[in-house]
Amino acid sequence: MTTYQKWIAFYTMIRKDIVRMFRIWVQTFLPSVITSTLYFLVFGTVLGSRIGDMQGVDYMTFVVPGLVMLAVVTTSYANTSFMFFTSKFFARSIDEILVSPTPPWLLIAGFVSGGIVRGLLVGLLVLLVSLFFTGLTLTIHSALVIFGFAFLTALVFALAGLVNGIYAKTIDGINIVPTFFLTPLVYLGGIFYSVHSLPDWWQAITYANPLFYLINGFRYGFLGITDVALSTSVLILLVMVVILVAINWYFIRTGLGLKQ
Amino acid sequence: MAENALVVNDLKKVYKNGTEALKGVSLTVPAGDFFALLGPNGAGKTTIIGIVTGLVNKTSGTAEVFGYDIDKKPEQAKAQIGLVGQELNFNPFEKPLDIVTNQGGYYGIPRSIARPRAEQLLKDLGLGEKMMGRAMELSGGMKRRLMIARALVHKPRFLVLDEPTAGVDVELRRGMWDYLRKLTSEGLTILLTTHYLEEAEQLAKHVAIISKGQIVANGTMSDILAMHDEEAAAKSGYKGGKLEEVFIRLTSEK
Repeated sequence: MTTYQKWIAFYTMIRKDIVRMFRIWVQTFLPSVITSTLYFLVFGTVLGSRIGDMQGVDYMTFVVPGLVMLAVVTTSYANTSFMFFTSKFFARSIDEILVSPTPPWLLIAGFVSGGIVRGLLVGLLVLLVSLFFTGLTLTIHSALVIFGFAFLTALVFALAGLVNGIYAKTIDGINIVPTFFLTPLVYLGGIFYSVHSLPDWWQAITYANPLFYLINGFRYGFLGITDVALSTSVLILLVMVVILVAINWYFIRTGLGLKQ
Repeated sequence: MAENALVVNDLKKVYKNGTEALKGVSLTVPAGDFFALLGPNGAGKTTIIGIVTGLVNKTSGTAEVFGYDIDKKPEQAKAQIGLVGQELNFNPFEKPLDIVTNQGGYYGIPRSIARPRAEQLLKDLGLGEKMMGRAMELSGGMKRRLMIARALVHKPRFLVLDEPTAGVDVELRRGMWDYLRKLTSEGLTILLTTHYLEEAEQLAKHVAIISKGQIVANGTMSDILAMHDEEAAAKSGYKGGKLEEVFIRLTSEK
C-alpha cells in the first residue's frame, strides 16, 4: 500500500467510528456528562462547600480537572475495548480489516484514534458542564499542558482498552478491568484530594499509581499546582504509551486472541 | 510459463487443541481458472482459505498469491484477494452501501471512487433497493450477495468463495452461478468451496477433493469425472451424480 492508500484506510476506520459514536450519542456521550454532573453536584456543591479549600484553591475548582480526566480515561478505554471486542466477537466484522492489506500498526492507529476522539470530546463536554458549577469561570494555567495531558491520557487508555479488547474472550472480560482495576486506580489517583493530605504509607502507595501522575499533570495545566514534577508525569505517560503500543502490535501481528 | 493465482506447498495446520487440520496440502490454482475445492465438513477447506487470506496462522508450509508470498509480502498478497467467507461477518447495524464502501477504504480506495463502485456492485447483485437500509433487514440470500459485493469492491484478481450459496434457494443460486460465470469470463480467478456438488460440476474447470487434511484427488473436472465407477455405482444401487459418486468414494470413512 502506498502512503496515500494507508491514509485512506486510516480515514475509513476513524470515519466509521466517529459516524457510529454520533449516531448513538445518547449511549456514547450522554452517560459521562450525566455522571459528571452528579459528581459536581454531590462532591463539589454539597460536600465541597463543607470542605473549603484544597491546596489553596476552592474545592470545586480543585476537583474539576480530576473529573474531566476520569471521563477521558473511562471513555477512551471503553471505546476501544468495546469496539474491538464486538467487532471480533459478535459480528466478526474485524475480518473486513484483517483480510485487507491494512498493516497491523494502522489497524491499531485506527481503533486507538476513535478512542482518543471520543475521550477528548467527552472530556470537553464534562469541562463545559463544570462551568455551570464554577460560576462560569475557568482557570487556565497552561492550555498546552491541558491539551497535552488530555491527549496523552486518551492515547494511553485507548491503547490499554485495545489490549483488553483484543485479549478478552467473553463480554465479562472487557468489564473486569474497568470495574476492578481502572476505576479504583482513578479514584485513588487524587481526583478528590491532594496526596499531601494522606498519611505517609498511603502517599507511598499513591506514588505507585500511574493514574496519579496524569491527574496531577492535568490539574497543573488548570491550576498551576502539582504534587509531583511535571516531567515525571510526562515520562510515565510516555513509557506507558511505548509499552502498550508494543503489546498491541505483538497481539495484532501474531494474531494472538484474533486468529486461530 | 502460465501464471498461477495460488500456489500452496506442504501446508500444515495443527490447532491449539491438537486437531491436525492440514497434513501437508499442496495445491495450484491457475490464473483465470474456476477451481472447486471440495470436501466433507472438517476436511480442511476453510482452514486453507483462512491461511491464504490471513485469518488463520499456519503451522508450516508456504502459500503464494499471484507470486506474492503471504509471509514475506502479506500486503501485496492480500490486495489480490477478495473473500466471501462462510460465516456472515459484517456489522448488521450498518447500511449495505456503507459496508461495501468501507471495505474499499481498507484497500486504500478513496471514498469518491469506492462509493459509486459499491452502488453499482449492489445494483448488479440485485440489492439496489436495499442498500440504504440496515444489513440486518436483508434475507439470507441477500446477505450472501452483500458479501460478494464487498469482496469485489477493490477489483481483486482472485475471488475466494467459501460456501457462498449455503442456505440460498435454487433460483437465487442459479442467478449467482450466472454472475460468477460472468466474472470468470472477465478474467477473475475463482476458488469455490461448496457442498452442492452439482454447483461445482456446473461451474468449475478444475477440482481438488480434500479429506481429513489431505488432498485425495486433484485435476480437471473431466479427469475427476473419469474416476466415476459406473459398475460399482450400479451394484450399490447409487443414483446420484457422477461427481457425487467419486466424492463419496474418495472421502468415505471405509
